[in-house]
Amino acid sequence: MSRRFTPKVVTANDLLDGDAVWLTEDDRWTRRMCEAELIEDEAHAQLRLLAAESQGNIVVGAYLVDAKAGENGPEPTHFREAFRTRGPSNYAHGKQVEAA
Amino acid sequence: MYKYNDFDEAFVRERVAQFSGQVARRIDGSLSEDEFRPLRLMNGLYLQLHAYMLRVAVPYGTLNSRQMRQFATIADTYDKGYGHFTTRQNIQFNWPKLRDVPAILTALADVEMHAIQTSGNTIRNVTADHFAGAAADEIEDPRAYAELIRQWSTDHPEFQFLPRKFKVAITGAPNDRAVVKAHDIGLRMIRNDAGETGFEVIVGGGLGRTPMIGKVIRDFLPKADLLPYLEAIVSVYNLLGRRDNKYKARIKITVHENGLETVRDMVEGEFAQRRALFNGADQALLAEIEPAFAKPDFLIGETEGFDAFYKADPVFRSWVDTNLAEHRQPGYAIVTISLKAHGQTPGDATSEQMRVMADLAEEFGHDELRVSHEQNIVLPHVHKSHLPELHARLAAVGLATANVGLVSDIIACPGMDYCALATARSIPIAQQIAERFDELKLEHEVGPLKLKISGCINACGHHHVGHIGILGLDRAGVENYQITLGGDATQDAAIGERAGPGFSADAIVPAIERLILAYLDLRETAGETFIEAYRRLGAEPFKAALYPDEAGDRKHAA
Repeated sequence: MSRRFTPKVVTANDLLDGDAVWLTEDDRWTRRMCEAELIEDEAHAQLRLLAAESQGNIVVGAYLVDAKAGENGPEPTHFREAFRTRGPSNYAHGKQVEAA
Repeated sequence: MYKYNDFDEAFVRERVAQFSGQVARRIDGSLSEDEFRPLRLMNGLYLQLHAYMLRVAVPYGTLNSRQMRQFATIADTYDKGYGHFTTRQNIQFNWPKLRDVPAILTALADVEMHAIQTSGNTIRNVTADHFAGAAADEIEDPRAYAELIRQWSTDHPEFQFLPRKFKVAITGAPNDRAVVKAHDIGLRMIRNDAGETGFEVIVGGGLGRTPMIGKVIRDFLPKADLLPYLEAIVSVYNLLGRRDNKYKARIKITVHENGLETVRDMVEGEFAQRRALFNGADQALLAEIEPAFAKPDFLIGETEGFDAFYKADPVFRSWVDTNLAEHRQPGYAIVTISLKAHGQTPGDATSEQMRVMADLAEEFGHDELRVSHEQNIVLPHVHKSHLPELHARLAAVGLATANVGLVSDIIACPGMDYCALATARSIPIAQQIAERFDELKLEHEVGPLKLKISGCINACGHHHVGHIGILGLDRAGVENYQITLGGDATQDAAIGERAGPGFSADAIVPAIERLILAYLDLRETAGETFIEAYRRLGAEPFKAALYPDEAGDRKHAA
């Protein structure tokens, strides 16, 4: 039996400003991870990654990364991805102040 | 300072125009990221965790007030009002937008600066002793040679696709402040028995995942042979260096795998041929460059005012005692402006601070500033009579921290707060250590100590050559910090040894505190520095302080 698939989100950086973005179920790129599509199926994940990679004129470096279901939507499971949802810890810059 | 000639000016403007077109074609979709990426890297533009990052070269760390002010303008106009000075004497802007990069590069070209070859597998910005041209111990100002190397290596057609990046450092002094033994090529100016000056050429040093101290490939290279010899080394590396594995592609591995003797023989063979091809054009160029590095018109003046102020004001005295270095010119001092205020990000300066430093350089510093690899800014030539006012004006903008060379003068890479390669954060650890030792009021008591932090194995924070090094890693999804001890970045270069298992983010600062308190107990006299005590005693008593429980266990077992 293969190992159980860990849920994933598709993430990338915005082409114009480099900001971290996530792919939503309705094919938008959101700045808020909680709005991303949480993908529970491996085959579907590969299809969503292909869809993301075909948008190379909007985003850069799309990849699949582990996530978990949270109260308000997908949440990161690794600290690197958590930093990407907030911004740096030395200044109040990036998403932690820009997120509405 | 060197001024661009028509060739430099035209070259930089042409590159800006080229890259502006490439950015436009990326944005309109004509270029894919795969096509664009090598082009943006050639121009110093990275994509990091939260944004793009533009790395701007400060050639051999030397700049003038106009250039520093332009950094401030760029920071205010296109970034978030600050810049980050790096261990390679560069400045990085952390938040540029892709669309703005051509305008930023134009603003840089306006002050004779660029971001060319600050990335990619090319010869990078040549670094130099930040006290060059000022230090009392110097044989000769090495910067004319550094500028010669800059011109030779910039857009050198043979060396645009090396197996891996290539870093050259140069010093004109016996006391090495440029870490020349941890570079692909290190150049140390020396005097031979006949009294002639030349270079000791060191090759194959480097940090990263396989740290190595460079080896002497040529004991004495006449100065006139510098470029043909460098070209011989890089061309041998270009063919011999491995391209199958990027982790084995640096010249340190080439030298390690092939042996120094083999590499030396090949280099000497190549040198014999290339030298003949250099028809004197390099020496003509050097002759054109040299006047740009002539001594400034030093002031002759009294320093009694300084002496009186030094006696009267303890805050000024403390700053003078830690942040000044001996100048070759009587009445002068070298001022290091600490970018390490306790709790601040090492190497960061706000646009306001940049403007103040530029003003002070212009008014009191013969219009020269330096970026040090230790992420501070140096005013290399200040007459002592100006120091009280200079100190007051630095203090007004938070730039008068008296901690140069002390435990809070920490080198830290950007780490996982910014860097896409990082495995853990560096900056918060540096901030916490500095704040803790400020709280303890102990750092002046502890004395000279080099603490260096990297947020991944690539070692941009030079942790291997810190007396105390900290390496941030990802251990099973949690930040973990390994300590190395006994490293040295000077002429006595040494790679630190791993002390033992790593510490969590919560435990690393208390561990460093135990280590340094142990040193205070272990030292024989107040004058014995941390590294001296470490060399005398070895690692054991320091490990015992880091891992007190284990020491207890061993006692029980015995």
